[in-house]
Amino acid sequence: MSASGFIAQLTELLIAVVLAPLLTGWVNQCRAWLQNRSAPGLLQPYRMLAKLFEKEVVLADNASPLFRAAPYLVFGCLALAAAIVPTLGTDLPLNPAADAIALVGLLALARFFIALAGMDIGTAFGSLGARREMMVGFLAEPALLMVLFTASLISHSTSLTTIVETLAHREFVIYPSMAFAGVAFTMVSLAENARIPVDNPATHLELTMIHEAMVLEYSGRHLAMIEWAASLKLFVYSCIGLALFLPFGVAAGGDWLGLVLAAPALVAKLAVGGAALALIEMLSAKMRIFRAPEFLGTAFMLAVLAMLVHVLLEK
Amino acid sequence: MIDMGLPFAGVDGALAAAAAWIALGLAAMAAPASLALCRRALYPAGAVVGLALAVVALGSLGAPPSARVLPLGLPELPFHARLDELSAFFLLLLGAVAACVSVYSVGYIRKDDAGAPPGLQCLCYHVFLASMALVLVADDAYFFMVAWETMALSSYFLVTSDHRHAEIRRAGYLYILLAHLGAISILLCFGALQAGSGNYSFEAMRNLQPAAGWASVAFLLALAGFGVKAGIVPLHVWLPEAHPAAPSPVSALMSAVMLKTAVYGLMRVTLDLIGFPLWWWGVIALAVGLASALFGVIFAAVQSDMKRLLAYSSIENIGLIVAGFGLTLLFRGFGMGGLAALALAATLYHCLNHAFFKSLLFLATGSVLHATSERSLGRLGGLIHRMPWVAWCALIGSAAIAGLPPLNGFVSEWLLLQAFLLTPGLPQGYVNMLVPVAAAAVALAAALSGYVMVKFYGVVFLGQPREARLAEAHDAGPWERSSLVALASGCVLLGLAPSAVLAALEPVTLRFTGYTLSALGGGWLFIAPIDPDRASYSALLFAAVAAVLVLAAWLSVRAFYHGRARRAPPWDCGYPWLNARMQDSAEGFGQPVKVVFGPAFRIEGEAPSPRDPRPRYRETAEDRLWYWLYLPVARAVERVTALVSVLQRGRISVYLMYSFATLLALLFFIR
Repeated sequence: MSASGFIAQLTELLIAVVLAPLLTGWVNQCRAWLQNRSAPGLLQPYRMLAKLFEKEVVLADNASPLFRAAPYLVFGCLALAAAIVPTLGTDLPLNPAADAIALVGLLALARFFIALAGMDIGTAFGSLGARREMMVGFLAEPALLMVLFTASLISHSTSLTTIVETLAHREFVIYPSMAFAGVAFTMVSLAENARIPVDNPATHLELTMIHEAMVLEYSGRHLAMIEWAASLKLFVYSCIGLALFLPFGVAAGGDWLGLVLAAPALVAKLAVGGAALALIEMLSAKMRIFRAPEFLGTAFMLAVLAMLVHVLLEK
Repeated sequence: MIDMGLPFAGVDGALAAAAAWIALGLAAMAAPASLALCRRALYPAGAVVGLALAVVALGSLGAPPSARVLPLGLPELPFHARLDELSAFFLLLLGAVAACVSVYSVGYIRKDDAGAPPGLQCLCYHVFLASMALVLVADDAYFFMVAWETMALSSYFLVTSDHRHAEIRRAGYLYILLAHLGAISILLCFGALQAGSGNYSFEAMRNLQPAAGWASVAFLLALAGFGVKAGIVPLHVWLPEAHPAAPSPVSALMSAVMLKTAVYGLMRVTLDLIGFPLWWWGVIALAVGLASALFGVIFAAVQSDMKRLLAYSSIENIGLIVAGFGLTLLFRGFGMGGLAALALAATLYHCLNHAFFKSLLFLATGSVLHATSERSLGRLGGLIHRMPWVAWCALIGSAAIAGLPPLNGFVSEWLLLQAFLLTPGLPQGYVNMLVPVAAAAVALAAALSGYVMVKFYGVVFLGQPREARLAEAHDAGPWERSSLVALASGCVLLGLAPSAVLAALEPVTLRFTGYTLSALGGGWLFIAPIDPDRASYSALLFAAVAAVLVLAAWLSVRAFYHGRARRAPPWDCGYPWLNARMQDSAEGFGQPVKVVFGPAFRIEGEAPSPRDPRPRYRETAEDRLWYWLYLPVARAVERVTALVSVLQRGRISVYLMYSFATLLALLFFIR
């Protein structure tokens, strides 16, 4: 465990926590431009968080301690997830502690707590949101795992840094399996981040809500943590996507210059990725909730196909 | 590993524990109606015996096998007992779980509980424990079958202890029927294994090399016979009936330990007695296991009775265990010992984990049942406020069963998935291609179990109470509480110290695959099967960093902002007439699974018309196998017995005539 590795790890964590709302703001801005609206400022999510932190928390009468603890648990889980995805360098001290499977487990842990929190008050919306979130989860989680497994089979390792190193720093090879995996991953991240066509982060329309229905009872600093965690989740998924499909520019080992250059590269890649996300959202229509299983089932099948393609063609 | 220097080490210790349990059971017969005797003396003593057994088993894990011939049994056919690494591992599991369940039973048994007197239940309970211990040390087919049948019968009596209800009698009947079909299959399997030598001791079977054909027959018979007991599809139908019918401590023991004795039997026959698994056995076990895992978890998601839900979840976990075992056989069959060791370690680890979290959850449902007299999820809710101890322990169990890090369920799933990821490179191309699909099925089952556990926990413990009288629910007593806390800490410890558990499993994998997990390259902090470069995981580091991040988030929010909070009625989008019936019912929460996996169910129901003044909504999702497999067989049996009943005339002269005809026929043949 080197000093540069330790610093890279801390920087990664800090960048994720600090920049995550900015990514959300950027996506919202792009979306507004594409919709021919005047866009909110890039810093709007931070203003939102500051406002929510100032506000008083209004707790439902029958809220249990689990309800109050969940925002922090979810935030902690997603911050850790952001720390273990290699975005800047591949010499990370946390890497041997948690691999790709642990990353998926961590995201599942966050989902478990937020779904339970949604059911805690016992409102119709809360349990509806929790049920739908878990439905999205049970199809999206194995699909994400299969995407990561495809990359693991290519690099003979489930360690995230080894995957990134194999995909970025060795000889350039085009993997047809990663094309399937890429499509599957895009579909999964749209669903997991409550984006159109599965969910719409901008509405409170009962019939279609998933994520928003679940967190309806939160207010004040709890809601701020939840919103921040949602931004972090988008950030984490973007970083997983970048690590698997655009791993270029990530510093190999403890290379100082590489680390310094990796940060602007990351910001540039995220900006392009965010704009692409806004474009996808613009081009698709929100689908009925009962179409979501088909959508995610397709993603799952594509991810399994990616593994099969690897086993058959890329030996 | 450790020489305890105890008077009862090795096989003697296990036999002594079994004898002690039987003695405790017989002691209960001194005063069968006395509740105080059972509560104050016998169950606590049973817990101590369980603990002692666990210590003995832990001590014998690394020790050489020890054997003993008992002066019991038939003349010329004494009982052989032997304790090797595999037996020691399963005895450890039995001892630890039995200790916790016995402690729980002290608090659980009540006067008004069941039809059977407490002493009689105590007898059956301890005989059940003893017979499971004897199954695990038996070293000849005769002793094994005696212990196996004792286990089946004692558990049958425990399942039907509340025999006043017709559905409980029916569940017991189904259980005993299928248990005996399984036993016949196991008996035939031993018959195939002795290969005409007439020697039924396991020692002889071990030394004999049966022909590949007979070995395959024996494997298939063992898979069917032990599969009935384990509850693999399509032989599972007794399980979701019998588990809910039994008192909760018994459900916990059946699910946590008895199902594992079947896994033990399967491992004993395949890895030890036959000794040379063929690769296609692994494919069969893998397919059957995955089918059970998916079947179990899909059905668990639509249950509305909490114990049935857990019973189906047991089918899922047994499915994962059998799939892991299939992977072991596949690797062994292809001579890849190192990978077989990994798959076997993952399988055994999952056995241990399942024993802990499933007994924890069954005991928690027992406490809920006692506090509310309610088993149906649709009438529970909000119990985290009334029963905080049970609720928080159950939260740990639910998260563990959902395979979430850093708890124990995640570690075994991690190891299993690693084993799947290492399969490319199998010499058989077709299998090589199928295994990734199998990994996808494991991932799907794991994700669905998260869904099931959110449903279970959310509906029982969170939300608003669905019935007014739940407000009077009381938390579990000190005995029950301590048992739940012990099991929950077991789940946490098994999750946080995987390298210690894997080190304890090494003697088993060494004996049956010839390899250990080189694994422990990572030292005490990391586990790294095969190679640290391939994959490594450190539960402790992971949990510590996660805890630091959560605490940091909480402390910084506390430090920088005011802590004002106000209590108010729930908001619910401004709807003021909220009531408990607006929450998701158990059926409602399971609805997406019913839609997504529709063809798996046989759905029957009626929806009211919009103008119905007294609307009733009913929908049931049943097991198709029941109609496709079991009812046709039952009808065929009934038809045959109807034919036989023609002979039954009820008149003594007719029967005498039958005897006469039989004698004549015999004379004709023998002469």
